[in-house]
Amino acid sequence: MPTTLTLRCAAPEDTRALGSAIASLLRAGDVVALSGELGAGKTCFVQGTAAGLDVTDPITSPTFVLVKLYEGRLPLVHCDVYRLETLRDVQDLGDEVLAPDAVTCIEWGDAITPLLPEDRLEVELVHGEDGVRIVELRGHGSRWTDVDGSLSEVCEPWR
Amino acid sequence: MLVLGIETSCDETAVGIVEDRLTLHANVIASQTDLHAPYGGVVPEVAARAHLEQLLPTIDRALVQSGARLSDVDAIAVTHGPGLVGALLVGVSAAKGLALAHDLPLLGVNHLRAHVEVAQLEYGDLTPPLVALVVSGGHTSIVVMDEDGTFRQLGSTIDDAAGEAFDKIARFIGLPFPGGPEIDKLAWGGDPSAYAFPRAMQHDGSYDMSLSGLKTAVVRELRRLEAAGQEPDLADVAASFQEAIVDVQLEKTLAAAAAEDIDQVVLAGGVAANSRLRQRFAAACETNGQRLVVPSIPLCTDNGAMVAASGSNLLAAGSSAGIDLAVDPNLPLAG
Repeated sequence: MPTTLTLRCAAPEDTRALGSAIASLLRAGDVVALSGELGAGKTCFVQGTAAGLDVTDPITSPTFVLVKLYEGRLPLVHCDVYRLETLRDVQDLGDEVLAPDAVTCIEWGDAITPLLPEDRLEVELVHGEDGVRIVELRGHGSRWTDVDGSLSEVCEPWR
Repeated sequence: MLVLGIETSCDETAVGIVEDRLTLHANVIASQTDLHAPYGGVVPEVAARAHLEQLLPTIDRALVQSGARLSDVDAIAVTHGPGLVGALLVGVSAAKGLALAHDLPLLGVNHLRAHVEVAQLEYGDLTPPLVALVVSGGHTSIVVMDEDGTFRQLGSTIDDAAGEAFDKIARFIGLPFPGGPEIDKLAWGGDPSAYAFPRAMQHDGSYDMSLSGLKTAVVRELRRLEAAGQEPDLADVAASFQEAIVDVQLEKTLAAAAAEDIDQVVLAGGVAANSRLRQRFAAACETNGQRLVVPSIPLCTDNGAMVAASGSNLLAAGSSAGIDLAVDPNLPLAG
């Protein structure tokens, strides 16, 4: 069973801070799959993750170019499969996606679940009342079972 | 001097032919819009394959349109960035082949600069300094072209590009791809003040813009109406959403022009085809006594003429590329 945490972010800065906090646990090869409606805060979360990985370049939407690569403490691959509707198109995205030496953040990741590795952190963002976002974290595979305790710990402020 | 320009950075396979920098002889576009429409956006592999199939016939059509033969061409210009890497590679490889086979100079064109420089085909030589708003599906930037012709970026979107916001909201309300023209059309029957969507102006003295919050606000409003059992007037939604985007672009661009003390404004890129954006800029520039340079719609959306025009400028400046010209998907506008 995946570890599940349900968190609450009151504002975009809060979503960003959560992304940064989780970045402290990330290591090479990790995959973070983000899902949630248009405007739910997926890119916002990745902006926080990037800051947490010491990426200094601004993180802008990857929708148009589909994949963006950033240099930080670890390389960060930010991709968006919003416009892709077949698995083959995702496989064509390129070698840097899901690379073992980088952290891959993939937006609309729920659409391509069969292609994702077993070890992955799923982040689902849902619109709540008054701009609040409910963030559900699901750690899949032994990678995330192993850090179960640390994940709960870094996420404590958003419980 | 006759320059043939090849554009394959995204979803249009396009070829233009320009003589002596200012005279347009051919502008042929083999649009892939129909191919991508089922996906609601551009799919890179579909784009690259289609460029491969369409490029040579498009070059032939451009030559026929211009009445010139390939042996009359003096240089080959090609977009080498920014754009989709696979798509760019098709154009750059073809251009290298042509340049080698016919022993012609190869010119590496920056897609974003070309969007600005294309105006010289309709307005004559640009007379910098000028401020340009470059708005498209992948880019939203405010830049200055200084007197010496160099570009400086003043600001850009910190999240979504304007064209991307149009496409995403269009898709959300069930309009077909590409979303920009669809929202433009729908908005004509709507009230731009029906919904008070936010204008994230980033009042921090910078010329950066944010469009992500606007997108979120539209989604929230539609969800709220749905929950209340009310049917939204989509024309009003489209008009109000479009107005918010236009307001942000207009205010930031004019503020930049005022701060730089520049009285010429250029609209460039695919979103510059938006009728409301053109209308509002025309009115504001007239009021302020600024000269507005805005290419006709076929020269705003991606085209080959802009590549030929920008390439002609490079040729005149003696800046041809080597046969090792590389594609750069993230090529910056300035620098």
